[in-house]
Amino acid sequence: MLHVAIRHAFASFTLDAEFRAPPGVTVLFGRSGSGKTTIVNAVAGLLMPDQGLIASGDWTLLDTARGVRVKPHHRRIGYIFQEGRLFPHLTVRQNLAYGAWMAPKGAAREDMGRIAELLGIGHLLGRRPGVLSGGEKQRVAIGRALLSAPRLVLADEPLASLDEARKAEILPYFERLRDEVSVPMLYVSHSASEVARLATTVVALDGGRVVAQGPAAEVLGDPSVLPAGVRAVGAVLTVRVAHHHDDGLTELEAGGLPLFLPRVAQATGSTLRVRIAAHDVILSRTRPEGLSALNILPGIVREVRPSDGPGAIVALNTAAGRVLAHITRRSADALGLAEGVEMHAVVKTVSVAPSNIGAGGQPR
Amino acid sequence: MTDWLGPEEWRAVTLSLQVSIWATLVSLPLGILVAYALARWSFPGKQLLNGFVHLPLVLPPVVTGYLLLLTLGTRGPVGSILADWGIVFAFRWTGAAVAAAVMAFPLMVRAIRLSIEAVDPRLEQASATLGASPVWVFLTVTLPMTLPGIVAGVILAFAKAIGEFGATITFVSNIPGQTRTIPSAIYAFLQAPGGESSAMKLVIVSIVVAMGALFLSELIGRRVAARVGGA
Repeated sequence: MLHVAIRHAFASFTLDAEFRAPPGVTVLFGRSGSGKTTIVNAVAGLLMPDQGLIASGDWTLLDTARGVRVKPHHRRIGYIFQEGRLFPHLTVRQNLAYGAWMAPKGAAREDMGRIAELLGIGHLLGRRPGVLSGGEKQRVAIGRALLSAPRLVLADEPLASLDEARKAEILPYFERLRDEVSVPMLYVSHSASEVARLATTVVALDGGRVVAQGPAAEVLGDPSVLPAGVRAVGAVLTVRVAHHHDDGLTELEAGGLPLFLPRVAQATGSTLRVRIAAHDVILSRTRPEGLSALNILPGIVREVRPSDGPGAIVALNTAAGRVLAHITRRSADALGLAEGVEMHAVVKTVSVAPSNIGAGGQPR
Repeated sequence: MTDWLGPEEWRAVTLSLQVSIWATLVSLPLGILVAYALARWSFPGKQLLNGFVHLPLVLPPVVTGYLLLLTLGTRGPVGSILADWGIVFAFRWTGAAVAAAVMAFPLMVRAIRLSIEAVDPRLEQASATLGASPVWVFLTVTLPMTLPGIVAGVILAFAKAIGEFGATITFVSNIPGQTRTIPSAIYAFLQAPGGESSAMKLVIVSIVVAMGALFLSELIGRRVAARVGGA
């Protein structure tokens, strides 16, 4: 397990963060300026923090107390940068092979053919980066990082410079990496839907400090954690595709409860993650009748937490998992919401955007 | 061609090419090093180095030549040591090459430095994270991306070297077959009665060589830019 502890003073703010990253994808989640990029740059060795410890088992990258500062090129880290940073004077194939040239002899490495196929860039190998689209460039950058025989992959908002369509194109590749490539990954994001779809573990950052860390479903289901603001709050459910209906809906099954969503691409039986945004959830004391919404999840209130302004975040434990609802405090008082009260969470089928539905991977 | 040019004129042309090519190629590695240091490193005395490198650009060439004679002449502090090892520059073609190299050096460094500064340091960081040591980062990223600037610097330095006159004639005089390059030869022909036609021939050669160098630099520059630019 990767252990990161960093303290670094900048002119305007101080980063003081400590977290542990178990295998899988650990997402550093927070607003811009919360210190996420500083942390990955320190892990990569591009920034030397004032004090710090970065280690995994007997593999130590940085230990200022013992005077250990491994040089960036000895760290064996695959860094996927926000802007790609492909070498313009090399072909795609040479870009991909670059890390392998530099990796120590005998390092366990991925096969270029397999990675090119996984990322769908096999047909681009002979071209130069200048002629690639933004999405293609970013896929090559992912491949280049993976092929350098890394012991850890860093991704610094790799989708931030892309438009929505390109994001939708790349995100599935990261899901495949999480599920098919064994290298652990630190992934920086300020997008709640990326976190919900990718994270095995979430480390929530605010103002240079870690405000929560733990398994994705736990952290995202905690109403007190608002690293990206109240509008980005939403819980993650792990669901199974039960049936594709003829009317364009897919029936999902979560803890014995049916959930209807607009048609998803995945086959019947496959596991999905679905992010239910808190502001898309309505609460009802009684099971509503004569309502257009198809999804009604009965549950028990676990926590009511007032947020800034007139709102409150309500955490509800249902058979399908933790659901968060963002309602007004006036409603919370009118409904008499308190811990232990039985409620029904109502979710409109069409309110769940495709970007909030992702493949596989248990958000443990 | 040899028929058209007299032996003395022909000798001036080949000597000029010899001097300029050696001056350019031998000073190139140092030029890249100095350009890199000025572009990327911060060290005490950086402005001093910068000024020193550019001095030949602003000093009268005769002064530069005289300073070379004082230091590298057989009785100069450096020249006397080198003379003990059998290396003599004064009044030899090698001295002409040294004078040409010193005069051309600022132009070469300027062109290369600008193009090193244009290389995105973030690409060098990316290279380091992929496992490249600083030397490999330089050889595989910085240097190839600097190639257009290096080509421009080399052509510019070559053109300057082939036209160098003041420092050369001061440092190594104007000895036929030894240090009489094209400009010195033109000067000598114009001093003697009846030398105008020889001078004119060398003027034409100068124009042809200069145009050729420019044409070549355009050609190479365009090719390299296409490679590096990735377009």
